[in-house]
Amino acid sequence: MDQLPDFTIKTDDSGAVELALAGPLVVARIAALDKALRALAGPVARLDLAGVTAIDTVGAWLCWRTADALGAEITHADEDSRRLINAVRGDQEELPPPPPPQPAWRETLARLGQLVVDGATGAVDVLAFMGALLEAAWGIARHPGRLRGTALARQLQLVGIDALGIVGLMSFLIGIVIAQQGAVQLQQFGAQIYTINLTGRLAFRELGCLMTAIMVAGRSGSSFAAQLGTMKLTEEIDAMRTIGVSPLEALVLPRVLAAVWMLPLLGFYSALIAIVGGASISAVVLDIPFVTFLLRIQEVVPIRDLWVGLIKAPVFGFIIAITGCYQGLRVSGNSEEVGLRTTMAVVQAIFMVIVLDAFFAVFFSGVGWG
Amino acid sequence: MNEALATAGDCPIRIEGLENRFGEHVVHENLSLSVRRGEILGVVGGSGTGKSVLMRSIIGLQHPSAGQISVLGHDICRADPAGNADLRSRWGVLFQGGALFSTLTVAENVEVPLKEFYPDIDPALRREIARFKVRLSGLPAEAADKYPSELSGGMKKRAGLARALALDPELLFLDEPTAGLDPIGAAAFDKLIRALQATLGLTVFLITHDLDSLHAICDRVAVLADKRVIATGTIPELMETHHPWIEEYFNGPRGRSALLSRAGDAAPPTATAALDRPGKPKA
Repeated sequence: MDQLPDFTIKTDDSGAVELALAGPLVVARIAALDKALRALAGPVARLDLAGVTAIDTVGAWLCWRTADALGAEITHADEDSRRLINAVRGDQEELPPPPPPQPAWRETLARLGQLVVDGATGAVDVLAFMGALLEAAWGIARHPGRLRGTALARQLQLVGIDALGIVGLMSFLIGIVIAQQGAVQLQQFGAQIYTINLTGRLAFRELGCLMTAIMVAGRSGSSFAAQLGTMKLTEEIDAMRTIGVSPLEALVLPRVLAAVWMLPLLGFYSALIAIVGGASISAVVLDIPFVTFLLRIQEVVPIRDLWVGLIKAPVFGFIIAITGCYQGLRVSGNSEEVGLRTTMAVVQAIFMVIVLDAFFAVFFSGVGWG
Repeated sequence: MNEALATAGDCPIRIEGLENRFGEHVVHENLSLSVRRGEILGVVGGSGTGKSVLMRSIIGLQHPSAGQISVLGHDICRADPAGNADLRSRWGVLFQGGALFSTLTVAENVEVPLKEFYPDIDPALRREIARFKVRLSGLPAEAADKYPSELSGGMKKRAGLARALALDPELLFLDEPTAGLDPIGAAAFDKLIRALQATLGLTVFLITHDLDSLHAICDRVAVLADKRVIATGTIPELMETHHPWIEEYFNGPRGRSALLSRAGDAAPPTATAALDRPGKPKA
């Protein structure tokens, strides 16, 4: 059956044109014939199917379309062909013409306008979401028994304990980089002992919680968005609402609490590991003994550096969890949206964290905690 | 119409000694089944008897632990991927939930297999094919440009059927096509499958729980229980086996009412009579 379908055109004595199709009219072999028939112009009186050896619905459609377009009558169709042609024929449906393309400047303007509108409604939506969350939190505060203990414990584990390994490794390496790079610069004026100040203060004030926040945004913020988004698609969230369980209470609040609670702890842990990393590299490269490094930290890092880190961390955690959950709950329609919203959750969370970090830096130096 | 072939034992699907186990859990053991060309074979069985696993084994999504499955002359368990590509263009599968690609419109869903197997088909023809397949599966023409999330459950099934029929397959696998449809919708779907089967000469492997579907469109019914196919035949033949599960299934209150409603419009179908039943809709 390697033969391709073909056609011949004959004109009989009365001047009527006859188009004869031959060969297998099946979907696997029809591509070339379709292009050729499309190029034909009428009028054709008869479409002869006597030479057709096999036919499927695509072949039947081709016969009907050709006959319809050229104004031909189908002849010599066997029973199979007739049945199939009857099955596929449709009233020539008028497809709506595609809308005429807009000029580029209009499209750009329209897109800009859409962005502004989306931004404005997005801001209102976020406010509404925060309000609803606050209300849910107030409900829990009045009836603490409604707090989902198991869900909270599970989230604490996912956000906090499961992150210890990767956050620790990252912090250790960052500690090494800071100490080593700092030492190279400070050595130029013989002040490499200040490597300890640099590593210690940076770790507690900035890097500990900032790097942890970025890591948690990537790990947990994305998983919040993807998880809630999938639950939204599979109507689990609607099911919860109908049963009378508030998704905010059952899903969002445990995640937000877990992130707010765990980020300071993770940030502190990250700072400690970074210092250990710095101390290790200093012991090898700078000949500062490991224990001396740690003892000097006590002297050179003021306790308020610790507070700066601990004040910032829960705010970062809140931002990450809120963004993740908000984007997750906004998913609607299809699976592509889940991916899109997850990306947005992570990007927005990291962006917000860095913006806030800059604010905090200005604020703390303003209040004399610099 | 295919009576001669059917009696000659021309079977597009042949399963012998199939065994499926998941760890300790054995789903199928020494299961054998043949599907004849041009018939609609209904597969029934209690929940958890492995109807869907059986279908997944036949279409190569589930690798069986033992046994032989031959589909259209290919050995599924051993077939190399290259040989499978040809095979895959000769069957269509309707999954339980429709399994439409959610980021594509219905028409684009139908075009996917066409694009995959016959890339040289003109895009215009491909669009036309998608549109008449959508119409053939009983959807209104405007549904072609809708996304699956905008369709109702019944429409999703029809759209899934349109995609399953995209390549004019010889074999059609349907996993509970009428589950979750209203009785009118389910009856219409049954009619549609019967009509398509008659028009396109399909062989249909139909998993169902719907007794009305069994009576209305199946030529033969295979009963899955005790990890294997305990009986195959027309419904009257099955009733004569006196297996407790089969009796309960067909003689339960639902089975009776389905039989009664069936008796109302035609005699109970038999394997050969059902193929050319006069009242059958010809599309």
